[in-house]
Amino acid sequence: MRFVDAASKFKSEVWVCNVSRRGERVDGKSAMQMMLLEATSGCVLRIEARGPDAGEAVAALGAMIDVDFRPPGAQ
Amino acid sequence: MEVLRGISVSPGIAIGEVVILDAEDYRIPYRTVPPEGVADELARLDHSLKQSVEELVQQSEWLNQNMGQDAANVFNWHVGVLKDDRLRQNIETMIRDQSSAAAYATSVVMRNYQRRFMQMTDPLLVERIRDVQDIERRLLRHILGESREDLAHLTQPAILVAHDLTPTQTAQLADTKVMGVALDVGAATSHTAILLRSWGRPGVIGLNDVSTRVSGGDTVIIDATNQLVIVNPNEATLADYRTRERAFVRLADELDELKSLPAVTRDDERICLFSNIEFPGEAASGIAKGADGVGLYRTEFLFLRPEGAPSEEEQYEAYRQAIAGVQGRPITIRTFDLGADKYTQQRRYEQERNPMLGLRSIRYSLQHLDMFKVQLRAILRASVHGDVRVMFPLINSLMEFRQAKMTVHDAIEDLEEAGRPVRHDVPIGMMLETPAAAIQVKEFCREVAFISIGTNDLIQYLLAVDRGNERVSQFYSASHPAVLRAVRDVVRACTRGGVGCTLCGEMAGQPLYTLFLLGVGLRHLSMAPANIPEVKKLIRLVSIHQAERVAKRALGFDTELQVTNYLRAETRKVLPEDPI
Repeated sequence: MRFVDAASKFKSEVWVCNVSRRGERVDGKSAMQMMLLEATSGCVLRIEARGPDAGEAVAALGAMIDVDFRPPGAQ
Repeated sequence: MEVLRGISVSPGIAIGEVVILDAEDYRIPYRTVPPEGVADELARLDHSLKQSVEELVQQSEWLNQNMGQDAANVFNWHVGVLKDDRLRQNIETMIRDQSSAAAYATSVVMRNYQRRFMQMTDPLLVERIRDVQDIERRLLRHILGESREDLAHLTQPAILVAHDLTPTQTAQLADTKVMGVALDVGAATSHTAILLRSWGRPGVIGLNDVSTRVSGGDTVIIDATNQLVIVNPNEATLADYRTRERAFVRLADELDELKSLPAVTRDDERICLFSNIEFPGEAASGIAKGADGVGLYRTEFLFLRPEGAPSEEEQYEAYRQAIAGVQGRPITIRTFDLGADKYTQQRRYEQERNPMLGLRSIRYSLQHLDMFKVQLRAILRASVHGDVRVMFPLINSLMEFRQAKMTVHDAIEDLEEAGRPVRHDVPIGMMLETPAAAIQVKEFCREVAFISIGTNDLIQYLLAVDRGNERVSQFYSASHPAVLRAVRDVVRACTRGGVGCTLCGEMAGQPLYTLFLLGVGLRHLSMAPANIPEVKKLIRLVSIHQAERVAKRALGFDTELQVTNYLRAETRKVLPEDPI
């Protein structure tokens, strides 16, 4: 949920794709869709953003995952 | 089109539209609204989302204060989903584009998500299905409010799909327009299955996830004869099944012609086929299907109602009606078998850890003597009207039998003191359904008037398999060599002891075992009325000599698989065109 909350703060659209599972691209601001990523530890994710603050969004969200990635919603 | 495989509870084919009943009894019908109603439906959705979030926020605060942050965090994801614009858009699109009712659109969208979670490999993520279901229920509760629909109000025939049904819910199906049932959970011998069987319409259970694979309004075929459920069939399949549906009705008519003929083997041995009943009215319908009486009247279903235990007068009326229904033929009334999955668990403050090994059946009766005596008085009073026998369930020791029998004598004395007419010579027998009773059968034969082998429980206790647990129910089999030997030994001891012996489990109604049962010496079988015609057809085609040969051979195998294959081959020789 921290990822979705963080992504929602940006004006840009945020898209995430689970490269390891070759899954579809999902909306990074959607709690339900992020869960469907099946992003478990060790997976490679690709983050895309489009909009006025796209660069910041990708940098911040990417850093967040690098530092302490936990599956969205995991306690 | 999707084909799902489960366990059949009663044969037949039903085709129709789905209504889904979830654990909270919500029925989500396929419903559209006129174009001018779309705005209202969107408003309902919006209201429900807001209310749900508010409710969860309050709940989280309470949890945070009382159980700590970790507990409160559990619902963070729920809140996130309820605030998820994508989810809202999905539901709104369906309402707008298809003029769906808000409840229906919500249910379809949430069920689509459940399906996606089900396909995941990480067990932690699969567990999220429960969260998605929880969110769905919460939303539906706010959308439907008090107007939730009840099965009794179904206006047109439908197929009921649910995760599970309680025995009480199942008992109410007879009064509805439900044509067939498909359930996620269940094993062939659970009480829900037994009730479905006596209800008589096609049913398939143990389908794992059917309730998440269909949505209200889908067309479904229940092919209970082949243990299949077909979701949204294509045209060709549908047409094929419409033809099969008619053929099935023809076969039923053919078996119907047997009902006035006795169950006699080719070498003139008369076999008595009794019916197992749950409700007093079924006594007469069993006779109409060709039964020689009632071999097992499961009286506990009188007790499975919201008002609690019935009074002595209410019970007397029910027993009298059942006795009148058999028109002078024998009727064996079993005292209430409560506990385990029925009745008592709902009333306990603390649920039993292992109810199947807990306070159930005769143990429960002997600890609730007032309730037990009320029933015995009602039975004894009713018994002056016919050929009544009484038996106790799950007798496991001689002491239990003696104590229960003594309670009968107490009840007789009570009635005499009150000046009521009462029979003194009602035969008192026992259900033999535990390994201990099977081992001590010789001793029991000295004290009981008759023995009725209850194979459902006997198999479960003998093989240590919970028949209601779909993860192990494949180990539950009447073909296990230990089961065959136990049945043979009990019948043999009864014959030597001069005690009448009946078999009244599901095994009695399965044509697969008929040859074996006749072969070990059984002459009384009691089964669901629906099974009588086919078992009778088989009996009329075989001889005792042939059955004895089959039984001897079957007892010589080491494994369940060999036994099943052998019995199937022998049965097919007699009934080549019937599905065994």
